[in-house]
Amino acid sequence: MLRLAPRSAPSRALTLAAPFVALALTIAVGAVLFLALGHPPGRALALFFLEPLRGGDGWSELAVKATPLALVALGLAVCFRANVWNIGAEGQFIAGAMAASWVAMRATESSHAYLMLPAISLAGLLGGGAWAALVAVLRDRWNASEILVSLMLVYVAEMLLGYLAYGPWKDPEGYNFPQTITFLPVTQVPLLAEGHRAHVGLFVALGLAAVAYLFLFRTYAGFQLAVGGQAPRAARYAGFSARRSLWTALLGSGVLAGWAGALEVTGPLGQLTPHLPVGYGFTGIIVAFVGRLHPFGILLASLLMSVLYIGGELAQSRLGLPQALSGVFQGLLLFTLLACDALASYRILRVPAQRAGAAAVPS
Amino acid sequence: MPRPDAADDRVAGSSPVPRLTLTNVSKRFPGVQANDRVSLSVRPGELHAVLGENGAGKSTLMKIIYGAVRPDEGTLAWNGAPVAIHDPRQARALGIAMVFQHFALFETLTVAENVWLGLGRGRARQDVAREVERVSAGYGLQLDPGQLVSGLSVGERQRVEILRALLTRPQLLILDEPTAVLTPQMVERLFVTLRRLAAEGCSVLYISHKLDEVRALCTSCTVLRAGRAVATVDPRRETNRSLSELMLGAAPPAPPVRAARLGDEILSLRGLSLAAGDAGGIALRGVDLALRAGEIVGVAGVSGNGQAELLAALSGEDRRAPAGTIHLGGRDVSGASPRARRALGLHFVPEERLGRGAVPALPLAANTLLTRRELVGAGGWLRTRRMRTLAADLIARFGVSARGPDTPAGSLSGGNLQKFIVGREIDAGPRLLVVAQPTWGLDVGAAAQIRREIVALCDAGAAALIVSEDMEELFELCSELVVIARGRLSPRIAVRDATPALIGQWMSGLFHEATPEPPPSPPLVSSRAEARA
Amino acid sequence: MLAASVSAGTVLALAGLGLLLNERAGVLNLGAEGMMLVGALAGYAAALHLPAGLTIVAYLAAALAGAAMAALFGALAIGIGTNQYATGLALSLFGVGFSAFVGAGFVDRQLPERARDGLPWLRDLPVLGTALFGYHPLVYGTLLLAGGIAWFLFRSRAGLLLRAVGESPESAHALGHPVRAIRLGAVMFGGALCGLAGAYVSLAYTHLWVENLIAGRGWIALALTTFATWRPARIVLGAYLFGGLTMLQFHLQQRGVQIESHLLGMLPYLATVVVLVLISRRAAWIRHNMPASLGRVFRPGT
Repeated sequence: MLRLAPRSAPSRALTLAAPFVALALTIAVGAVLFLALGHPPGRALALFFLEPLRGGDGWSELAVKATPLALVALGLAVCFRANVWNIGAEGQFIAGAMAASWVAMRATESSHAYLMLPAISLAGLLGGGAWAALVAVLRDRWNASEILVSLMLVYVAEMLLGYLAYGPWKDPEGYNFPQTITFLPVTQVPLLAEGHRAHVGLFVALGLAAVAYLFLFRTYAGFQLAVGGQAPRAARYAGFSARRSLWTALLGSGVLAGWAGALEVTGPLGQLTPHLPVGYGFTGIIVAFVGRLHPFGILLASLLMSVLYIGGELAQSRLGLPQALSGVFQGLLLFTLLACDALASYRILRVPAQRAGAAAVPS
Repeated sequence: MPRPDAADDRVAGSSPVPRLTLTNVSKRFPGVQANDRVSLSVRPGELHAVLGENGAGKSTLMKIIYGAVRPDEGTLAWNGAPVAIHDPRQARALGIAMVFQHFALFETLTVAENVWLGLGRGRARQDVAREVERVSAGYGLQLDPGQLVSGLSVGERQRVEILRALLTRPQLLILDEPTAVLTPQMVERLFVTLRRLAAEGCSVLYISHKLDEVRALCTSCTVLRAGRAVATVDPRRETNRSLSELMLGAAPPAPPVRAARLGDEILSLRGLSLAAGDAGGIALRGVDLALRAGEIVGVAGVSGNGQAELLAALSGEDRRAPAGTIHLGGRDVSGASPRARRALGLHFVPEERLGRGAVPALPLAANTLLTRRELVGAGGWLRTRRMRTLAADLIARFGVSARGPDTPAGSLSGGNLQKFIVGREIDAGPRLLVVAQPTWGLDVGAAAQIRREIVALCDAGAAALIVSEDMEELFELCSELVVIARGRLSPRIAVRDATPALIGQWMSGLFHEATPEPPPSPPLVSSRAEARA
Repeated sequence: MLAASVSAGTVLALAGLGLLLNERAGVLNLGAEGMMLVGALAGYAAALHLPAGLTIVAYLAAALAGAAMAALFGALAIGIGTNQYATGLALSLFGVGFSAFVGAGFVDRQLPERARDGLPWLRDLPVLGTALFGYHPLVYGTLLLAGGIAWFLFRSRAGLLLRAVGESPESAHALGHPVRAIRLGAVMFGGALCGLAGAYVSLAYTHLWVENLIAGRGWIALALTTFATWRPARIVLGAYLFGGLTMLQFHLQQRGVQIESHLLGMLPYLATVVVLVLISRRAAWIRHNMPASLGRVFRPGT
């Protein structure tokens, strides 16, 4: 009979292998799902996982999706490492997009890109940051759970977005559709290459990943954050300010989510509509975990998630499968990863059958 | 302490069949032989001590008897019949009850509910409440069944634990270091209860390392040393010295007489009064204390009398001290942060090693950063190479048994981690070292090493304040003592003048000098205020 | 409008009661939204294949589906000790995707016409008839359930044990109680109730199935437990209050009050935030009322 016994410290080998094992498990379950739906698993899996990687167009679309995911997840990684559970990145994303839209709508034919683009980004940062600051102040001053507050604010942001799109910001020449004007080209985030949708946000994400890495692992502030998240009593003992870590974490993740929203609304979308929120704020949480809360892992994980997104779209258009399949895979991936990670802290022991319930003999 | 009366002899000697017998019980854990062919026999109605230093194997043995751990070898017999104890439920069914050192209590439930949960099924809540009243009165353990545990003092909480054990009508009651949290007066009351139990035929296994108590209470004693049962004696016929020799294997060395050279005043506490931080905390009232360079002063006291609050005020984790009450080397640090205090030479070793003194998941190299600010470079960049070098140096200098600076702190044994933490603070060259429970849970060798290091530090001109609940530790380390009771400090006396009776009296709060009225205290704030560091 | 509030509130109350049991045992299951969605779908799918009189089986199916989802959560968060927040989130996201995925085929399928709600004869009484007696059986069931849970928590030994586990799993373990089994049981029962709540939405309240039918009510139910300081009666009251707020939005619109519907739509969420702040202000009070081990992983042997 087998039994699980805890280790004193998680096994390094298992911890490193966990994401791959999780991916393998997810693919396996996916194959079963496809079979159950009557599709040949090999073809469907190839469509889901390999097809998105083909060609320049494929990679461009991946970049388009991966950029906001990575940005959101980088901020969330900092937050989660500090044991601050910001579930409302989606709301901060929306807030950043709204702020950026406001700036974008001010653009005229004579505006300069050199002014516009930084202004848009700044607006995104401030919008997302302000939305997260609401959560921070309520937690700091009144101890309100950041999980619930940030989540409620997501819905508030969605409502606000709807109000603006249906009301004050509606394009008068938009045939009464809930959408703003299409932003002028000068506000568009520069593209990486003609004919593809990928934009410089990708470099922003890469750069910020490096910044996040340095911050978390090479700076005193990052160390304080990590200690505060793992052992708050030790942080107090050391004299680290819990309040400073809280604000850093929330503002950091809010700012990044807001920037992602700004890039999204002035990049691929080009206008603000109620269809802006597609769940990057929530998928970003998965990306953060799958990436082990590590900046480089997050880059890889955001790529993986984009593959799943696009794979879902392809499966819908070519095989008639529901788009929601992406969500299923993403949820599965997180489940299996959590399980593998937790199991890395255990050791499997063999227990002689007749002494079931006794103290185990290490095998 | 009162002597046991001769009635015990009668009851203990009357029945020939032993209540519990262990024969050649052994248990091995990775890296250590916790019990090595231990044999032990307890008669009905006997007060039997299990004596040994920390790490001698007492807890493991009790866990085996209680069913939480299975032995690798050996047999157990209960009332003469061989038995294998699989789990605590079976042990309880046999009639074995255990009162743990760390209470298994639920704060937001009442006394009766807490007791109820510790019993098996089949008894109604009201019946239990009534029995609680009856039994508590009968044994002198006054408790109100309807009171919430959160409002009870430490001594009262232990009574709930004992009550819970008694309600199972045990034939064998095991007590694990029960007097760690009691004043001498409470200890006496506990002994009355235990003697009454023994007279009724219940056997008592009393785990301790306190010689006076064992000699005062017990009629039989098994001495454990390094996992082996080295002797079974009648403690009434032994002296402290002979028992100590059995426990340690040799006569304990007399602590070296320290000719301390006193220098300038380093720490000055003047009229420190502090309201309790949250419900259940203790308010500090008019604390006065001065330490000079070269001194090692101890703060004795029973757990829960303000030690934690005093330490937090000293370390800077609690910054509400009124201005002018805490001076370090002449500078007012009453509201200073822990980092500012460290910069001025105050270093602190807390009682909790994992989770407060060190972060379990981080490697030793990273743990140096908690208190050694000099490892941070300009602009906030971490000097990772220096961190590792320092950690390696500490490991070597203080004899920490760890694989290297990258070992996670959580994988070190308690003693080694303490050596690392104490070493980290001593290596910083403090002017004042404040330590809580420096050698708690450590084996003899590690404890001696830490004591040596602290003495050496003070010989070199620093001052040390040792806060401990272990009198022997204080006697071995300090030249002078104060006692803290209910947030007030007693007068200061030399260790050689400290008699157990006097200390016991002071621990109950009976100092001679009148306490000044506490000055208007800061408003009660929630514990979040502590976090606003 | 009272009737509509009660109806809307019942959804929240059912889910809230389920989460209450979870949290009293010390487990925070953020997967409420996912469990409700899966339950809604399971109930709807079952009802489509059952004759009209057997709707109760559909509800049972929903409860089982919710419990199954909860068991998945439990296996990870309780069985091997994964992070409760992340696992719950994963459950929610998985539930959203899974229900949308499997439910895609059900969007266009209609349920047969439903029988009229309420207790016969009594509901035809003048004035108070519909207000008091005109509800779906599950509404009354919820009230009974709230009473039952209150009795269970505060009057029975099993409920005391549950609360003790939520207070200090370590102490309960030291006393020999099966902490993880108890937590798992609480989680699964809570999941069943969430599934039931979801089925109420798809079968009674809206009587249809679309993707993301629950629209955030699972998250509100989570907030509800804190709002109600973990007491059953307050959960029901709070749920009706929230239901009322949602109804207020529609009601005002119908009356022609010119407030932008989106802004009104923010009301329930903002109200939740306000309440959360009011409750959390006093840390000592929270500590006394909140199950102390909420959200913390318990591993026996550490």
